[in-house]
Amino acid sequence: MSASDHLIPVVVSNVVEVNPIIKRFEFKHVNGDELPAFSGGAHIVVEMLDDGTKRKNPYSLMSSPFERDQYAISVRRDDTGRGGSKFMHEQVRPGMEMKISAPVNLFSLDLRAKKHLMIAGGIGITPFIAQMAQADKLGVPFELHYAARSVSQAAYMDSLADRFGDHVSCYCDDQGEGVDFETLLSSQPLGTHVYVCGPKGMIERVVETATHLGWPAAHVHFEHFLAPPVGEPFEVHLVKAGIDITVGAEQSLLEAVEASGTPINCMCRGGACGQCETAVVACDGEIMHNDHWLDEEQRASKQLIMPCVSRFRGKRLELDL
Amino acid sequence: MSESIIEESILSRPTYGTLKIVPGLAHYFLADASGAECVIRVVQELPRDMMDKVHILYVPTPGEAALITSLYALGANRFEHFPTIEEAVGKLGEWLSDAKMGTQLYLAGTEGLVGQGVAKGEECGLDHTAVQCEHRGSLARRVQCVHCKTMIEDVTTQPVKCPSCELLLFVRDHYSRRLAAFQGVCINAEDPTEEIEIKEVFK
Repeated sequence: MSASDHLIPVVVSNVVEVNPIIKRFEFKHVNGDELPAFSGGAHIVVEMLDDGTKRKNPYSLMSSPFERDQYAISVRRDDTGRGGSKFMHEQVRPGMEMKISAPVNLFSLDLRAKKHLMIAGGIGITPFIAQMAQADKLGVPFELHYAARSVSQAAYMDSLADRFGDHVSCYCDDQGEGVDFETLLSSQPLGTHVYVCGPKGMIERVVETATHLGWPAAHVHFEHFLAPPVGEPFEVHLVKAGIDITVGAEQSLLEAVEASGTPINCMCRGGACGQCETAVVACDGEIMHNDHWLDEEQRASKQLIMPCVSRFRGKRLELDL
Repeated sequence: MSESIIEESILSRPTYGTLKIVPGLAHYFLADASGAECVIRVVQELPRDMMDKVHILYVPTPGEAALITSLYALGANRFEHFPTIEEAVGKLGEWLSDAKMGTQLYLAGTEGLVGQGVAKGEECGLDHTAVQCEHRGSLARRVQCVHCKTMIEDVTTQPVKCPSCELLLFVRDHYSRRLAAFQGVCINAEDPTEEIEIKEVFK
């Protein structure tokens, strides 16, 4: 069982080119029904049927949690990826019917916070757009610090600054601007929670700086979805099912297991939530751990794998599935 | 003054550790006379250039001056002392209302002081992992009469008579972090004439 087993049929109600690399997609229920409620920071999984290949990628909802007649996501095009974002950019048109999962939130606001401090890098802005709508309505103080490579790539920067005024500070690399994390994190009132979504390096710098300054871990929140990386095809033996499967170059191990009809738990599909953790029965070779879930010791043990993002290279891999 | 020995009990009954300085933007201390030595122990280990991050509140035993002098001599950014826990905790709230994330709070002394410090920290937005507690001195309890809501300080007996509603209360290990008090429940509700021996148990 997983959230993406019960898919919701939707129609693409709008596709907007936000800038040369980012498009926004809006979905309505095929029957015009209200979509499930969610809170800021939630994501959905979008199923893509691309010429015989089935992909399921997670995207943060950016629409307001108070508007249930449609959902909106933004997708950054990645031409070196497995093709999910390319499919969304090239194939998805208004009027098309697709399937999405119900929303799941692994990055929600902590409602005990006296203030929400949000730090976004690039396309990591999307969950904060929904969170700001929520914080604004709840009347809790919040602040967004949004960094992007260039003005032309900074999706929604102008509209957010217009909508939320002083709550929003923007930084563009090509203008020589950057967030001074040390100063920012040294000046927050007691009871503040910090949230960061963006490139790995940015998340690491925020977490390290906050920890060094004495922020409690429970006040530091981050989300870093990984796209499953491409790689060499490999064979896997599923012990309980008694079958051998092949994982294609642009397919994830999770997708290959699903395609074989073998049951497997999953949720975020991006190496963050831990739901798809699977026991390794035998491993003669190297597991390429790409997740944020397993710790160093677990990785070294070669006894666990996260099929949503991790791959294998070697002679034989047997999984407890 | 010996180190605290608290018997294992239900989950709700607080247990305490040993103060140890952790990374932080500012370090706030609150102690009474039995906890003063804990503050002196950890603060005197700090490098001089860290002292401007240190803020100390102290509740002395009436008439005692030596520990006030020792604490003052540590050279903290701020040092203030108050005759009652209530006033010292009130001042702590004032200080914390201007404090920033990265603040660490250290509490040392009797359970009443530690518990009220914890509750004030939480009210001001401090995560419980940013609060350290070391218990010293008496095991006397701060007890709430669950019937009339009176707070009874320094309870050393089991049971204890509520000074307000005069019910005889069984002092439970059930502790409220919000109220910083153990719960006192009528011990002879079914037969108020029942005689129960009052023993001194929380020393």
